[in-house]
Amino acid sequence: MPINYYIFLAVVIFCIGVIGVLTRRNAIIIFMCIELMLNAVNLLLVAFSKMHYLESVERHVVASTVGTEAQLFVFFIMVVAAAEVSVGLAIIVMMYRNTHSVDVNFLNRLKH
Amino acid sequence: MSQLVYLVPLFPLIGFLINGLGRKVMPKSLTSIVGSATILASFVVSVLIFNEVRAVGFMPVTVRLFDFIHIGTLNIPFAFQVDQLSALFLLIITGVGFLIHIYSASYMNEEAPPHYARYFAYLNLFVFSMLLLVLGSNFVILFIGWEGVGLCSYLLIGFWFTNNDYNYAARKAFIMNRIGDLAFLIGIFWILFQFGSVNYSEVFAHVQGSSPSVMTGITLLLFIGATGKSAQIPLYTWLPDAMAGPTPVSALIHAATMVTAGIYMIARSNIMYTLAPATQGVIAVIGLCTAILAATIAIQQNDIKKVLAYSTVSQLGYMFLGLGVGAYTGAVFHVMTHAFFKALLFLGAGSVIHAMGGEQDIRKMGGLKKFMPVTRWTFFIGCVAIAGIFPFSGFFSKDEILSHAYAHNPVLYVVGLLGALFTAFYMFRLYTLTFLGGFRGTHDQEHHLHESPAAITGPLIVLAILAALGGFLGIPEYIAPNAHVLEKFLSPVFASSELLVASVSPPPATEWVLTIVSLLLILGVSVWAWRKFRGYSSADAKEATGFAKILENKWYVDELYDAVIVKPLNALAGFLNNVVERLGLDGLVNGVGKAVQYGSRQIRLLQSGQVGAYILLMVIGVVVLIIVQIFL
Repeated sequence: MPINYYIFLAVVIFCIGVIGVLTRRNAIIIFMCIELMLNAVNLLLVAFSKMHYLESVERHVVASTVGTEAQLFVFFIMVVAAAEVSVGLAIIVMMYRNTHSVDVNFLNRLKH
Repeated sequence: MSQLVYLVPLFPLIGFLINGLGRKVMPKSLTSIVGSATILASFVVSVLIFNEVRAVGFMPVTVRLFDFIHIGTLNIPFAFQVDQLSALFLLIITGVGFLIHIYSASYMNEEAPPHYARYFAYLNLFVFSMLLLVLGSNFVILFIGWEGVGLCSYLLIGFWFTNNDYNYAARKAFIMNRIGDLAFLIGIFWILFQFGSVNYSEVFAHVQGSSPSVMTGITLLLFIGATGKSAQIPLYTWLPDAMAGPTPVSALIHAATMVTAGIYMIARSNIMYTLAPATQGVIAVIGLCTAILAATIAIQQNDIKKVLAYSTVSQLGYMFLGLGVGAYTGAVFHVMTHAFFKALLFLGAGSVIHAMGGEQDIRKMGGLKKFMPVTRWTFFIGCVAIAGIFPFSGFFSKDEILSHAYAHNPVLYVVGLLGALFTAFYMFRLYTLTFLGGFRGTHDQEHHLHESPAAITGPLIVLAILAALGGFLGIPEYIAPNAHVLEKFLSPVFASSELLVASVSPPPATEWVLTIVSLLLILGVSVWAWRKFRGYSSADAKEATGFAKILENKWYVDELYDAVIVKPLNALAGFLNNVVERLGLDGLVNGVGKAVQYGSRQIRLLQSGQVGAYILLMVIGVVVLIIVQIFL
């Protein structure tokens, strides 16, 4: 499958994520949209890694490890995202306890 | 012995340090002993050196102490030069200086011990600086002494610093000197640039090959320095104000140190001036103008010290006239005789002021002759000497300068003689008003009139003897051949100038006529002044009118300087302060601050607390960065 498809898909997912973050006020949805963006990037990383690997195979590079680094990155991002989710959800829980709402516009007291 | 020349300035320096550092703990007797003994020690060493220099075939000795500045090829040693000129000046400075120290010990006795010690410390430093000035073997050491005497004159003129007028006088002296010093410094740099050295021996050996215009430039710059230090037009106004200091200080400034520095410097670099006839012309004219101007002012002054101060300016003018017409020996001769009689006159004036309880106005004196005979007779000798009456010292030195002036240009002689007549007039006016006639002061003052103690009259007597007999060192050729001891003594110093331009003197017959005519005129004027003022009473003291008023106000030179230089400078400073500084610079600096404050107040509005807005801005930022990265 051509790499273009992956790129288009990743861009679409990323844009959905951006738009979601920008337009929605529900903290949980914003959170999910951030995850969307992260995963769009993950998708791109895996796709490019696969592409580089196939190219090196075609050029008969024996025992090629080309592209594996990108996949390692993906794992890192997943782990970090998991940690971030736990922190983020904790913040949202605290926010709900304080304001009885998950609307981010209630949080404008941050500026004080 | 001349190898030990460094001892001469060292003693006063030690005295300065002891008196300066120990001023809080030393009793007055110790202070005066330290102050005077150090100068006496210098004097003794100077006499020994002088004896050696006097010997036939003496070659100038340079004593190198250490390297003062050593950069690349430039080497300025801290070295002293002993030759006929510096040996003679050493004697004058330490000799007259010592007498003034003795005198001061008694005169300043009313001061509190710390101030008394401060006074002697300054006095010693003054002598030290002057010795450095005349001993230095290059222009830089000369300049150190040059600045040193400027500083000390400032300190001593403003000695009674609680009086604001005195502080102004001190400041005026310092600033006037600084103006001259700047030109002097530029002259030294030019010498350095031109000859690659500032040592006298090297510079004077090479001057003959340099272009006349360069020589004229350098000598003019050095001369401007001399006009500041030696009180010539246009920088002379500080000297009459310098009498704000204690009277012995005036004697020191006017006689032994400070004002003779300019004469010394030009006499020292005589070869450069001989090579620059244009500068010599300027010097002669300025000297003559100063002599006449100051003499006319002195006629109408009523302050005993002011009369003497203007007479100093006038006599210095004669010395410069002598330098200008190539009579270097005559100028140095006049420095010497002037040191004697001017120190005598100032110390005598101090004795009078002391007896009068601080009164300086000669209109309120009179008849002092029966109260203070020693002061009176010594003062009389001083008057006769400065007026130039045979056989007192002033006659010989002034005559020598004037006869050279005649040989140079008879006009210079006539104007110079006119100045000499003025001198005779104001000196005898001063003498008659002070010592003759009836007493015009208060009864209280009359009750306190007394002859001064021996520490004051002693120096007066010594100086009177010197002022009376000092002239016989320079008996002119037409009176007795080969009797001019001083000329023979100094001839090695001026030899190279003499080779270039032989000094000319008029034929003996002309000299006799000139001398007798001038002597008769001076005697006539003296008698006239005596007759005019002997019957002076307080009733005669009336407001001066017309020309006399102009003279009394010193030709309004101070006012002129004030209007032409000081006021515009003040206005410029005010403009710079009020407009450029307040509006321009302050506006700029405050404007930057205000702009930052205003900008941050506007930017602060972006922090709305709306998370959505932040994120939007972040996305916009990222997009902008991407666009910049890709398309720009």
